[in-house]
Amino acid sequence: MKQIIRSADKMEAMGATLVENLSTPAVIYLHGDLGAGKTTLVRGALRQLGHKGLVKSPTFTLVETYSLDSLEAYHFDLYRISDPEELDYIGIREFCSGSNICFIEWPDLGKPLVPKATMEISIEYAPEGRQLSIVNHSL
Amino acid sequence: MKVLGIESSCDETGVAIIDEKGKLLAERLYSQIELHAQYGGVVPELASRDHIRKITPLIKETLKAADLTLNQLDAIAYTAGPGLVGALFVGASVGQSMAWSLGIPSIPVHHMEAHLLVPFIDQASGLQFPFLCLLVSGGHTMLVQANGLGDHQVLGQSRDDAVGEAFDKVAKQLGLGYPGGPAIEKLAKQSISKRDDFPRPMIDHPSLDFSFSGLKTHTLLEYKKAKQLSEEKADIAHAFQQAVTDTLYAKCQQAIEQTGLDTLVVAGGVSANRGLREKFNQLDDVNVIFPSMKFCTDNGVMIAYTGLQYALAEKFVGTNEIKVYPRWSLQQ
Repeated sequence: MKQIIRSADKMEAMGATLVENLSTPAVIYLHGDLGAGKTTLVRGALRQLGHKGLVKSPTFTLVETYSLDSLEAYHFDLYRISDPEELDYIGIREFCSGSNICFIEWPDLGKPLVPKATMEISIEYAPEGRQLSIVNHSL
Repeated sequence: MKVLGIESSCDETGVAIIDEKGKLLAERLYSQIELHAQYGGVVPELASRDHIRKITPLIKETLKAADLTLNQLDAIAYTAGPGLVGALFVGASVGQSMAWSLGIPSIPVHHMEAHLLVPFIDQASGLQFPFLCLLVSGGHTMLVQANGLGDHQVLGQSRDDAVGEAFDKVAKQLGLGYPGGPAIEKLAKQSISKRDDFPRPMIDHPSLDFSFSGLKTHTLLEYKKAKQLSEEKADIAHAFQQAVTDTLYAKCQQAIEQTGLDTLVVAGGVSANRGLREKFNQLDDVNVIFPSMKFCTDNGVMIAYTGLQYALAEKFVGTNEIKVYPRWSLQQ
C-alpha cells in the first residue's frame, strides 16, 4: 500500500489509523531518512492507544516506554547503535513479546538481533510531502 | 565522610569519590581510561552500555586513585533513574550489594537532579537555591526551577528532539563530524552572508516548552534544496545555529520574567557553544553560570555529590531493595 502524506498532522492521523485494529505482539519497523516523520507517526499511534503525555524522540535514550490501558508500547531508535550486541543490553527481546507493541526506528542497524517485523513502514521525501509504503507481514 | 557514586543510566559508566566537604577525591569515566592492570594487560573492546563488565574495574581504579580502600567508604550513591532499565540495574545491584556487604547506607539518586546539583561543587560560583537551570544536551532540553534538595519544578522541556540531538543530526546530514555542536559552530563562523531566516520554534507559544524536530527537518530540506556548495553549507549551519540560540534565549528570558529569579545555570554539552554563551551573557541583571564542561556530561561525580547532599541532610531511605525507576519524574 502506498500513500502520500501532506502534513505532520496527517502523519499523526495515519499513525492512529495503523494501530486501530492491530493484533499483538506487534513489531513495527519504521524506515526513513532523518526528518522523514517516523517519530511523528509513532506519536499519532500512541495517542490513538490512549497515551496522553509527550512522545519524545528516543534517539538518546534508545527506548521510550509507554504503559497504556491494555498494553505496553515501546518506541525504539537504533540510530545510535554501533554493534547489534548492544540490543541485548537494552533488553529488546524481552520487550517485543506478549501483548506488547514495539515501534523500531532504524531497524537495519540492529540486524540480525532485532526481532522480526509484523509490519514495515517506509517513509520517503516526496515533492508533495512524504510517501508512505506499508507492508503487512502478519497477513 | 566519603561517598562513592556510580552512574550507569545510559551510555557512560562513571565512578567518583567525594568527601564531606564536597571535595572530589577521584573520578573515572570508562570511556576515558585505560584498564590494562585489571585485565592483565589486554584491554577488551567492550560495547557501549556494557556496564556490567566495566563497573568493577572502574570502581577499583577509582579507589586506587583516591588512595582509599573499600572499608574507608561511608556511603554508596547510585543512579536509580531515569534511564535504561538494564543499565540502571547494573549500578543499582552493584551499589546496593557493596553497601550491604560493607554495612553502610546506599543512596538512590535521580539522574536529572544530579545534573542540577553538580554546579554547586564549584563553591566559587556562589550558587544558591532557588535558581533556574537550562539543561541542554544530546539527551535533554529542559528548563527547571531548582528550589532545594529534592524540590524541583520542570518549567518546560522539549516535546520531541533534544537540542543536542538536532545539532548531531543536522551535522551528520551536512557531512560533518560527531559531536555535531562544535562542527556546526566552526562551519557557521565561515558564513559570509550570516544567513538568519530559519524559524524560531514555539517562540510565541505561552508555555516554556521547546520543539526542535521541525527546525531539524526545515534545515535538512533547505540543505537538499540548495546546491550544497561550501558557502551554502556554512550559511545553513549559521542560520540553524542562530535559530537554536535565539529560541533557547527567548524561553529563558520568558522563564526569568515568570519566576522573578535572577540566577540562571546553563548546563549540558550544548552550553559549550560559544554563540550561545555570548548571547546568554547579554541577559541584563541575571547572574548566568556555565558549569565546568567535564561535569556537564554524564559522570559519577554528580551522583557522588548528590548522594553526599542527601547523606548530610539525612534525607534518604535506607533500604536493601534493588529497585530502579526508568521513568522517574523530577517532580515526584
